[in-house]
Amino acid sequence: MNWLLVVEQCLNGLQLGVMLFLMAAGLTLVFGIMNFVNLAHGSLYMLGAYFAVAFLKWTGSFAASVVLALLATLVVGMLVEVIALRTLYERDHLDHVLATFGLILFFNELVAIAWGRAALFASVPPALGGFVEILPRLRYPLYRAVIILVGLAVALLLYVVVSRTRLGMLIRAGASNRTMVAALGVNIRLLYTVVFGFGAALAGLGGLMAGPIYTVQPGMGEEILIEVLVVIVIGGIGSIRGALVGAVVVGMVDTLGRAFLKPMLATVVSPAAADSAGPALASMLIYILMAAVLYFRPQGLFPATRS
Amino acid sequence: MRTIKAATVLALVAALLAGPAGAADPLKIGFITSLSGPAGIIGKHMKDSVELALDHLGRKVGGLETEVIYGDDQRKPDVGKQLADEMLKKHRVHVVSGVIWSNVMLAVAPTVTGAGTLMVGTNAGPHELAGKMCHELYFTTSWQNDQTPEAMGKFMQDQGLTDVYAMAPNYAAGKDMISGFKRYFKGKVVAEVYTKLGQQDYQAEITQLRAANPKVVFVFYPGDMGIQFLKQYAQAGLREQIPLYSVYTVDEISIPAVGDAALGNFETRYWSPDLKNEANARYVGDFKKKFGYTPTFYGAQSYDGIMLIDSAVRAVKGDLSNKKGMVAAMRKADFKSTRGRFTYNNNHHPIQNFYLLRAVKGVGGDIELQIQKTVFENHKDAYYQDCPMKW
Repeated sequence: MNWLLVVEQCLNGLQLGVMLFLMAAGLTLVFGIMNFVNLAHGSLYMLGAYFAVAFLKWTGSFAASVVLALLATLVVGMLVEVIALRTLYERDHLDHVLATFGLILFFNELVAIAWGRAALFASVPPALGGFVEILPRLRYPLYRAVIILVGLAVALLLYVVVSRTRLGMLIRAGASNRTMVAALGVNIRLLYTVVFGFGAALAGLGGLMAGPIYTVQPGMGEEILIEVLVVIVIGGIGSIRGALVGAVVVGMVDTLGRAFLKPMLATVVSPAAADSAGPALASMLIYILMAAVLYFRPQGLFPATRS
Repeated sequence: MRTIKAATVLALVAALLAGPAGAADPLKIGFITSLSGPAGIIGKHMKDSVELALDHLGRKVGGLETEVIYGDDQRKPDVGKQLADEMLKKHRVHVVSGVIWSNVMLAVAPTVTGAGTLMVGTNAGPHELAGKMCHELYFTTSWQNDQTPEAMGKFMQDQGLTDVYAMAPNYAAGKDMISGFKRYFKGKVVAEVYTKLGQQDYQAEITQLRAANPKVVFVFYPGDMGIQFLKQYAQAGLREQIPLYSVYTVDEISIPAVGDAALGNFETRYWSPDLKNEANARYVGDFKKKFGYTPTFYGAQSYDGIMLIDSAVRAVKGDLSNKKGMVAAMRKADFKSTRGRFTYNNNHHPIQNFYLLRAVKGVGGDIELQIQKTVFENHKDAYYQDCPMKW
């Protein structure tokens, strides 16, 4: 096992991690501020991918399709919040889960009606098609490298927005005591709508970047949503820092497990046993990790502080 | 007066319970497939083909009024089993059909045959059901899992290839595919890698693959997994470096979504839209006309499934209680299959031809699969001798 391979696998893990982070950030933001469980977050990811494909066809420009798709998911997110979710905040978490699960079904069928059930063609834009030489003899696909950069940039941007701006201050205040914020004359309803739209756009960004490497089809959001929920449980519900750490940890553990668990097992047990146990164990690793975190630190690694 | 009233009520109840007097029992078929989620597109191909078969039969399978109850297994064995139970107990179906995934089939088929009901599988072909667990009431209109990769193994062996890196999802069919492949491929297999069923990202596996530097890659990735794998393999720049051979990966579902990332790829299959026979020409032509897209083997098998049931119901003249007669009729495979004439082996799995297919640019400029040559003629599966059934 040479070290270049390990470095490349770490990059793969980081790339999967930032992808999960884009999803987890929006979800955890919504949960932290509104105390609202939004299972339909995966649907917004799916819409991001579909919008990007549709706008690319329409405009012919990748950059334009990215901007338009982001705006479109932002608008859809805000509309969903205003129309469907606003009335549910006072309800129980179980009601949130039921309602947003209904939204998943709704959006999957809507997309199937609008674009058909078959997967859409989505490819990496030619400009991002090649490879970059990150280290001598380590060529990495440019598109995946760009995903890493975009993800890290978004993380930085979120940090700045949340800790340095007035909006961020309101978000933090809303998370710790919403009644007080409302009493101070802040339009908390509008704040909620903005935050929800913001989270939707982040999911849309994840989706539109995922389109060229995964499959653009109805239900594409559910697979990743499961992993995102694991990320949030590990990172601590409601915390953006937790989401970042959790996402990178999950991405790394999953990727390195898939790559190296079997050969490592083979050094301990017989190769035949490693062959059968390796893949099964590798796909369970993140859930085992989640269970361990829940046992030793039920509040997650970086829990949000709330009253 | 009172007794007359009571008698009228009783008569009404009796009439209600008896149903429409004189009308023959309608035939009820339960069709289980994946209709939602990422595998929903496969289910759509199958459902559309069932509907086309019903159209071709004037909506009357075997001359009987027919009701098809569709069930969505969501690619989960437990959901599939629940559906089978519901179809048997609530809907009282006469035949259960469909099923894409081998792990679902292993839960559904014993449930159905155990209840004394006919099961006509139209995709999954786990080796257990062809061998020791074969059953009088279980038929399949597709294939046994190992057969298709056996054909690919034979082709690659004949090409003199070696140093193969084999990959498949970690479930019943994935294991069957690799063992079928190795039955005819005698060269060196560098590694066998199993990934999670439904996995989206293969970058970690592809990095390992490149590091192992094999001469050839063989994969089995059906449905959405195939789309993802083909794209990511091409994006990793490996398409030009290491030839990729596959089964059930490059098909009419994945080609429109991956485009040139499939061009030139080889597959083996028992069927293809360009297979020349009367039944297939009618199926493919009418399918394209009605639904506006190209059918897949998933669809062709499902169409055949309804036609097989039709032949059996006709043979017993609509007497659905005559299961022995229906089984005897099905064993003859006396219907116009989209694959042309085939026969059933003692384990109720087809003995059929397998062809080499290649993704090429068609007349209209779209990529399509075309038959190159026949790899196996009248090919039997490897498990029929383990099946105790004799007839």
